[in-house]
Amino acid sequence: MSRIERDQPTDNPAGPQPLRLAPLDRTTLALYAGASSDHNPVHIDSDFAQRAGLPDVFAHGMLSMAYLGRFLTDWIPQSRICRFGVRFVSRVELGTALVCSGEIVDMAEHDGERLARVEVRVTCQAGELKVVGEASVLLPADD
Amino acid sequence: MLDRTLIGHCLTPHSVEVEKGRLRFFAKATGQLDPVYLDETAARNAGYRHIPVPPTFLFCLENDSPDPWALQRLLDMDLGRLLHGEQSFVYHRMACAGDVLTFEPRLSDIYSRRDGALEFFVRETRVTDANTGVHIADLRCVGVQRNDRRSA
Repeated sequence: MSRIERDQPTDNPAGPQPLRLAPLDRTTLALYAGASSDHNPVHIDSDFAQRAGLPDVFAHGMLSMAYLGRFLTDWIPQSRICRFGVRFVSRVELGTALVCSGEIVDMAEHDGERLARVEVRVTCQAGELKVVGEASVLLPADD
Repeated sequence: MLDRTLIGHCLTPHSVEVEKGRLRFFAKATGQLDPVYLDETAARNAGYRHIPVPPTFLFCLENDSPDPWALQRLLDMDLGRLLHGEQSFVYHRMACAGDVLTFEPRLSDIYSRRDGALEFFVRETRVTDANTGVHIADLRCVGVQRNDRRSA
């Protein structure tokens, strides 16, 4: 049985429960900067951010995408993900509690397997869209 | 204005080993608790050769270039005015801890919107296994420079 089938909640047959993250703090941004090798000071140095005209540091877009990746791999084995792309819609400020969600929106046959198109998004708690994108995922034909 | 004549410019390729300690650090930084991304045995039991490179971590390995801001310098851009606009990955083969990967980035496009208030630059990167030459993935990164000085 695929993990997709196992994790399907009854209220959203095309996708799993959303992944809800804790409000973002500076420690998380510092850890992500180190782990990702993205040392752009706009994410870790408030003085630099303010000199650049920003109110404060803000989260790396790729941190949101990494959370979306977690959302996907909690749902679907990673080896089945063929493509994953996003557009960063607006800056994610400190203190934002992000929510990752997504669902299958289309299914096509592909070499004896089924290729699912999954729409994914990251919003803040109030529902404002931060990141939107799409993944292509191979499902076994006998699902 | 970003220099359009640089479209097509290939940046210096680099190769980097996927270290399992780095993957665990990335898991910690992203709150990842799935043992597949933390523990070699759990990864092998799930059918992977070793701890897998998570979906977005190829971008981080691309940052491990000896000169991570080469493109920003080539285009004479100011880090404080840059935003990440889009990012995508096309996966051909899974990469795992212990692999050595080669990244070949290229500036593939530059365009502007809102009468030049926003300039977009596109970096496309081919990722291959440095030992076997096997094509692992293709990355596409769209960066945005804000030229509107009112907000800067």
